[in-house]
Amino acid sequence: MTTTKLNDFVIKLANVNGTGSASANGMLMKSIFRMGIPVTGKNFFPSNIQGLPTWYEIRVSKDGYLCRSGKVDFMVAMNAETYNADLAEVDPGGYLMYDSTWPRKDMLERSDVTVLGIPLSAMCNEAFESARAKVLMKNVAYVGALVALLDIDMAVIENLLKETFAAKPHLADANMQAIKMGFDYATEHFECPLPLKLSPLDSTSGHVIVDGNTTAGLGAVYAGATVTSWYPITPSTSLIDAFSLFCQQLRKDPETDENNYCVIQAEDELSAIGMVLGANWNGARAFTATSGPGLSLMSEFLGLAYYAEIPAVLYDVQRVSPSTGMPTRTQQCDIVSAAYASHGDTKHVLLFPSDPTDCFHMSQIAFDLAERLQTPVIVLTDLDIGMNDWMIPEIEWDNTYQPDRGKVYDAQQLKDMDAFYRYLDVDGDAIPWRTLPGVDPKGAYFVRGSGHNKFGGYTEKSDEYKDVVDRLRRKFDTAATLVPAPILNIDESKPREKSYALLSIGSCDGAIREARDRMQQDGHGNLDYMRVQAFPFHKDVADFIEQYDQVFVIEQNRDAQLRQLLTVELEIDPSCLIPLLSYDGMPVSSNFIVEGVSKLMKKGHAA
Amino acid sequence: MSFLKKPKISHPGLPTNDIGLTVRDYEGAMSTLCAGCGHDSISSAIMQAYFELSVEPHRVAKVSGIGCSSKTPTYFLGGAHGFNSVHGRMPSIATGANAANRELNYIGVSGDGDSLSIGLGQFGHAIRRNINMMYLIENNGVYGLTKGQFSASADRGSTAKKGEANPYSPIDPVLLAISLGCTFVGRGFSGDKEHLVPMLKSAIRHNGFALLDIISPCVTFNDHEGSTKSYAHTRANLRETVYADFTEHHEEIVAQVEPGEYKNIMMHDGSRVGFKRVDESYDPTNRISAISYIEEHRAKGEVVTGLLYLEEGSSEMHSVLGSNKQAMATLPYSKLNPGTETLARIQKRWR
Repeated sequence: MTTTKLNDFVIKLANVNGTGSASANGMLMKSIFRMGIPVTGKNFFPSNIQGLPTWYEIRVSKDGYLCRSGKVDFMVAMNAETYNADLAEVDPGGYLMYDSTWPRKDMLERSDVTVLGIPLSAMCNEAFESARAKVLMKNVAYVGALVALLDIDMAVIENLLKETFAAKPHLADANMQAIKMGFDYATEHFECPLPLKLSPLDSTSGHVIVDGNTTAGLGAVYAGATVTSWYPITPSTSLIDAFSLFCQQLRKDPETDENNYCVIQAEDELSAIGMVLGANWNGARAFTATSGPGLSLMSEFLGLAYYAEIPAVLYDVQRVSPSTGMPTRTQQCDIVSAAYASHGDTKHVLLFPSDPTDCFHMSQIAFDLAERLQTPVIVLTDLDIGMNDWMIPEIEWDNTYQPDRGKVYDAQQLKDMDAFYRYLDVDGDAIPWRTLPGVDPKGAYFVRGSGHNKFGGYTEKSDEYKDVVDRLRRKFDTAATLVPAPILNIDESKPREKSYALLSIGSCDGAIREARDRMQQDGHGNLDYMRVQAFPFHKDVADFIEQYDQVFVIEQNRDAQLRQLLTVELEIDPSCLIPLLSYDGMPVSSNFIVEGVSKLMKKGHAA
Repeated sequence: MSFLKKPKISHPGLPTNDIGLTVRDYEGAMSTLCAGCGHDSISSAIMQAYFELSVEPHRVAKVSGIGCSSKTPTYFLGGAHGFNSVHGRMPSIATGANAANRELNYIGVSGDGDSLSIGLGQFGHAIRRNINMMYLIENNGVYGLTKGQFSASADRGSTAKKGEANPYSPIDPVLLAISLGCTFVGRGFSGDKEHLVPMLKSAIRHNGFALLDIISPCVTFNDHEGSTKSYAHTRANLRETVYADFTEHHEEIVAQVEPGEYKNIMMHDGSRVGFKRVDESYDPTNRISAISYIEEHRAKGEVVTGLLYLEEGSSEMHSVLGSNKQAMATLPYSKLNPGTETLARIQKRWR
């Protein structure tokens, strides 16, 4: 029944939240990474602090695939409440390990799954004194068992523990004791290693493990952001936490030791975006981070920023909708609401990062575009990118980068001109010039969300009003030329599928890349694939779609929001865009895409 | 600067201030409010205050929300940038603007609808953060732009133009602000410019959040008999409690009143606010007694005015946050970019 799987399998750990499993699971993932084997970790956690089921899924992939495969080969079942479901999820030929302090022979019976019982609680109760240690060390002990079962390098584990507990060596010792307990039990009772095992590679050098909220926060530091205001909301909070922490470390003024940043926790999202607009109006690079419900609350101000032409950067770390939805699960569900956030004829520039690398670099792009275009830029990331552990190449920084502050008249320019008018299209690109408060009296003007003419004055005259909103529409045409172009993936090495292609955004990328490879290997076709990086759509997007009979639009929401946007904004015949939708709250898997695309192609060929 | 400009006529005899400007240099566009609106008198007092303080108009940033009062920043200090934001959200714009540039002088103009209903949350939190700004509530007890609905500051029993009485208890911004820890709280009357100007000057120079609640009757919707925010009712029930004088740090204090009646408070920049206590029992530095005094007189239907509470030496937002003295907006990028080596060092931790 068992097949040998070397450096290519999925371990899923089912735990109870609040029991300290996260650090043990993280250590397990990190140890595989340090053995040079590509790995990623995804956390499926509840909106709760203690007592509910939580899972951590580790994908080991010698080929470097970073998405969910959609299968589980080894289940560490530490939560009796979810035994049934966890056992059912294991792929035939797989394994399940559980705490056999309380034997569950009847519950955990499946002829095609090997069940490994280890009396973790009994061992830890005996070995450790404090109640907390007894609970925590159980997690470390199962990692110890996995070291034996999967052939993890013990020296790597030892080093990790030493680093983690550098300040508290006694904790390193206790952890090592628990590791050895698990290791010894497994070695004694099972044939180690299993056919499912690890062997050192050299495929992770030059790489790091990090989540996208961390890199987005750091990216904002490198972009020169100085002001942030936010209201806590899952899953965006850790983005601001990262920004604050990096600022504390990197933004103390060397001369005065004062802070070269302001972090303000707002009373709500309405206030958070208001502060961001006030700060940007006044010449600082300011941003906020939120999720769907916060975006709804920020909509009124986003409309003002669009109409009054105030730069702003907003990270929307998307989570499952509608309403409060499932706050700790992932989706790409704010595409339409972000694109048109606010009442009336309003549109916003959107960026779609696909991984933590993009989160870093798109931070600079977002601020540059916001100031160049004088409009809000919304970075639509998601919980999968933002909060999971991704393996990415080390981020590179171009130290010659200078922020593009856009068209801002300085004091001298103002002194040299007869008069300044805020909303004139001086350069023919539909982007006016702005001035900052405090620079020169000649630059003074009145920002308003009410009707205004091209001079910046209040108006209720139809032609004056239209003049401004028509220019704003043209400004969006300019935006389409400035946003990042889509990324085209075409493999010329094999005959290309001519009738069909794939189109997607953001965190679907990893799963699509693997699905394309697998379909190619299985002889199911070599599909061209384009990943859209921004809205408004770059002209390459329409050019790509035109080449095929049908383009499968893959996204993680129920209503095919990217497809809606493509249809409406590019006036593409909807029958050419076929939706493939994953919206169950789990990051989309490569299996889902292989199956979905194969089905769609069969249907298309049959038609 | 509004596009609509009123002709600027300079009288050669107009007095100039320390920076060589006349009061005309502090004007804005022509007001579009109703003739006799209390708000216009306040705008005129604001111009006078900035003129007397010799503040360069372009070093002031004007922010407002939505409503009649929020329109007024167009009508003064045409040389200053202005931001007419959305309803009830001016405090957040002011907070962000102040975060970006602490070197400017901030004036927020709001109304009782803007601050006490839709904007009550932001108003309270701006006080909590002690944003260094002057915050004016031009208080008339009604929604003027939507034609006369009661606002949250309307007194219980006060009648609307068509006669119906307000059934709800009012929110008093002065009591609210003092209880939230506001460091400068005053109440004025648009019909008393003589006292408004020194109060405004003190508020501008206060290092922290300075609230002035200014009763400003709405001549169109709330100036009838039965209204407790009419000119007649306000004049009849005004109880001037403390009269504030403002003295620049370089000026001599000229004692005009008997010792014992006068209390000086030094501002952070060396200037002084002198309190002439009309009511000798009143102590404008004692929060608890201030609240009970205002409550007692409110129960009698009296409107207590004057600079009612002042706490100098408090920490405004930036000193709490430990921000650089230099404005965030003007920090060079070289100070903000941690550089390539730092990025490499950070990423070592992610291995």
